[in-house]
Amino acid sequence: MRALWTIFRRDLTLLLMGAPGRGGALLPLLFFLAVAMLYPFAVGPDAKLLARTGAGVIWVAALLAAILPLDRLVEPDLEAGFFDQWALRGIAEEGVLTLRIVAHWLSFGVPLMLAAPLAAGLLNLDGAHLWTVEVGLLLGTPGLAAIGVTIAALTAGLRAGAALGGLLAIPLAVPLLIFGAGSLQPGGEGGLLLLAASSLAALAIAPFAAAGAIRAGRE
Amino acid sequence: MMQPARLAAYDLACRRGDRLLFRGVSFELHQGDALQLAGPNGIGKSSLMRILAGLLRSYNGHVEIDGSLALADERPALDPHRPLGEALAFWRAIDQAGEARADFGLEDLLDVPVRYLSTGQRKRAALARLAASGARIWLLDEPLNGLDTHWGAATQAAIEAHRALGGIAVIASHQPLQLQKLKKLALLEHLP
Repeated sequence: MRALWTIFRRDLTLLLMGAPGRGGALLPLLFFLAVAMLYPFAVGPDAKLLARTGAGVIWVAALLAAILPLDRLVEPDLEAGFFDQWALRGIAEEGVLTLRIVAHWLSFGVPLMLAAPLAAGLLNLDGAHLWTVEVGLLLGTPGLAAIGVTIAALTAGLRAGAALGGLLAIPLAVPLLIFGAGSLQPGGEGGLLLLAASSLAALAIAPFAAAGAIRAGRE
Repeated sequence: MMQPARLAAYDLACRRGDRLLFRGVSFELHQGDALQLAGPNGIGKSSLMRILAGLLRSYNGHVEIDGSLALADERPALDPHRPLGEALAFWRAIDQAGEARADFGLEDLLDVPVRYLSTGQRKRAALARLAASGARIWLLDEPLNGLDTHWGAATQAAIEAHRALGGIAVIASHQPLQLQKLKKLALLEHLP
């Protein structure tokens, strides 16, 4: 447990603060806000249109922001030999990757939730919609983090793995996007429950799938 | 003196793709033993190391291990952007280990980010981590690569000190080693 705690603290520091050439939590956050800021420029100042489509834009921006750090979630540690050294010490990949999902979520999901009111302001969302967006992000971003770490483990070590990772993550995240954005439609309350279910399913599978990918990569 | 250690391999064979790397590899090592794996590039020395470490599972044969293992290969597992002192402290916290018994001359480098270290300095850092890990069985993949004569000799002295305490060392190296009672195992080229 002590070893896992040490690894978690390192993961969180790396993902939050970044490192030269590895970016930090600020990058997905600025990306998210940039999308929210650009959208009104693109569709024009129609307040009703913005309010109707804004929540969907927030979800697309959240998905893309989650994909941004994919190439630094697993690849650098695999390349540097960290996973082999942990395996030698009997530290299971499943444990390491579960904590990495948590660290990834803390470094992009929580900042996105904190930035959502600002994005909601830019997109003319009212308080009730903002509240639903926040609950949706709370339920959905852990699933995005789980999908991100799984894809990062599957594509680590591949040529053009980062680009491939983005392409693979998007279709897997479609259910989260549909239920997240759908929860804001009239009568869409059930969307939040389906969002939570999708997120839990992704969280349950991800550590095992990602650990299997790391082990298979050794052969 | 450490707990008794033992490392044995029986009739190991490894195939990578459709190429047979080696077969019929057997040895038994007890406390204080050192084994040098020799052979040309690509013969499977590193693969054999990874089999012994439990990292490579697709092989035939049988491995018996009694004692904790540590591996130092070409990848130092040190965060490139962190100062060396912090990067080593991370592993000390995981291993709950003390300072390395052996001196690898890293005192002046502790504030230098790992990415600015030379190949030889990184190698010394990886060896220092291995020496501090407290593992009874050392697996060293080309430990002398990148090291100058002085640190090559210091590394071999650290291996001898480890053996004197009852440890085991397996060393994959095509360079001659100056170790006492060194066992040697040459991996031979096989026709496909």
